[in-house]
Amino acid sequence: MSETAIRPRLVGPTATERLGKAAPLLLAPVLALIGLAAIGNPSVWLTLTVAGLAMGLMIFIMASGLTVVFGLMDVINFGHGAFVSVGAFVGFTVLAWLSGWTQNPAVVLNLAAVFLAILASMAVTGALGLAFERVIVKPVYGHHLKQILVTMGGLIVAQQLIHVIWGPDAIHVARPPSLQGSFIVGEAAIEKYRMLAVAIGLVLFLAMRHVLRATKLGLLVRAGVENGEMVEALGYRINRLFLLVFMAGSALAGLGGIMWGLYQETITAHMGSEIMVLVFVVVIIGGLGSIEGCFIGALLVGLLANYMAFLAPKAALVSTIALMVAILMWRPQGLYPVVKAK
Amino acid sequence: MADALLTLEGVHTHIGPYHILHEVSFAVPRGGVTMLLGRNGAGKSTTLRTIMGLWKASRGQITFDGRPIQGLATPDIARAGIAYVPENMGIFADLTVAENMRLAATNGPFDEKRLTWIKELFPPIGTFWDKAAGTLSGGQKQMLSVARAIIEPRRLILIDEPSKGLAPAIIAAMTAALKQLKDTDTTILLVEQNFAMASALGDTVAVMDDGRIVHAGAMAELAADASLQEKLMGLSLEVHQ
Repeated sequence: MSETAIRPRLVGPTATERLGKAAPLLLAPVLALIGLAAIGNPSVWLTLTVAGLAMGLMIFIMASGLTVVFGLMDVINFGHGAFVSVGAFVGFTVLAWLSGWTQNPAVVLNLAAVFLAILASMAVTGALGLAFERVIVKPVYGHHLKQILVTMGGLIVAQQLIHVIWGPDAIHVARPPSLQGSFIVGEAAIEKYRMLAVAIGLVLFLAMRHVLRATKLGLLVRAGVENGEMVEALGYRINRLFLLVFMAGSALAGLGGIMWGLYQETITAHMGSEIMVLVFVVVIIGGLGSIEGCFIGALLVGLLANYMAFLAPKAALVSTIALMVAILMWRPQGLYPVVKAK
Repeated sequence: MADALLTLEGVHTHIGPYHILHEVSFAVPRGGVTMLLGRNGAGKSTTLRTIMGLWKASRGQITFDGRPIQGLATPDIARAGIAYVPENMGIFADLTVAENMRLAATNGPFDEKRLTWIKELFPPIGTFWDKAAGTLSGGQKQMLSVARAIIEPRRLILIDEPSKGLAPAIIAAMTAALKQLKDTDTTILLVEQNFAMASALGDTVAVMDDGRIVHAGAMAELAADASLQEKLMGLSLEVHQ
């Protein structure tokens, strides 16, 4: 085929399309600036912004697994909240076992205890994800209504099992001493634990981006989100990829669970299903299957919830839903949809 | 059928309640191009998808190099050496051209010599190597789809209507590229409605209508017999010439 026969010419994207693609990146900074203008006091704004980022990144941790499961497997998993709750309770148990470390003022021991609790939570919820996918989800691939029903059923079973193992009451989870209190920056108080949550969330986002962009496994996941059939026709077993992603998504929910539990300092069997409203809002805002969209959506929800709680507490409850409606009116498929809604 | 690489014998395919393929039997000789012709809805794409295991044959036998493959999962069929270029091209739009090619290279890193040959065969592959595949034009996507299928040596390549929706100049270029591919002794099963492309490339031909094979033989024979063409494919043939 000669060059003269076909002159390579790149079709699009136009300047408008490029701008449209970049626009969502500006949303969180613009929201932060609007927040600064509305709050007026920079110290309060800084405290609220860090709190919003921490909250957003914890929601991102929980939502990232769900959005990839949505995108890759076309599975609506209403049971995702079960992994959040189980993760929190497993983490609490490990922290209780390591009470000698968590009550010690040494930062290293405190952080080691938290990271061991995180590892245990992720291991247990990852294994639970394996069982959940094989027993509950696999028989209903391709049937959305059945998926909603059986995953809701799985959620209820998991909540009742938590009641059986840990009892029906809410449990107080104390943060280790070095994660209590705040750093004082100027007149702003920035909670230490929120800084840890921001750090873990950012590291996780960058790691996920790296895996999805730079590894063959990541390429397979991204390709599978777009066209699973073609991935199979290239010779890859997408069922194994499904299982791996489901387990990873469940483990991330477990991580989100222990992080959220330490943030709220109280855990209940229903904490997962309660936070799932925000998780679904973030997934929808971000666009199904998109990690980047999920990240931006989570930051928006976290920042808005904190600003509104300060500015207009009564409106805070509906602010995230209003945000979702506004985003969907602008982009009906979400910010960066990888999978088009059917 | 002693020299056949692929044979279909009495293959039936059902999709839900619909009986699409009826007793489909034909052979794809080793080292040549077999054309699968027929009007829209004749069952050509379903035949390719059934060979790939994307739809399961409800009856009959599909044999690839002496081994029955109709019960195998699609990845196993692909790993046996069959590449597939679907009608919708199956491009991963969110991935770059390079990433699309990397996924198709299932046995590891690229063979640089082969990659150079592919870039000569399809210049846009090299030009847009780091661009998102979704930004390519229709013809460029089609080239990427075929390039992906040949990034590693395959024993059989199934290509579904590579000329569909393309401008005449692009079709001519695609035909020239497939001719070069044919000269490497690659076995190809090519679904087409463009008779000019079919007669330029095909060694053997099978014609389908209503989910059945209605003719099988040498392509040259069919190309030389206007009345047989008319009888088998009617007006649709002339429209595409």
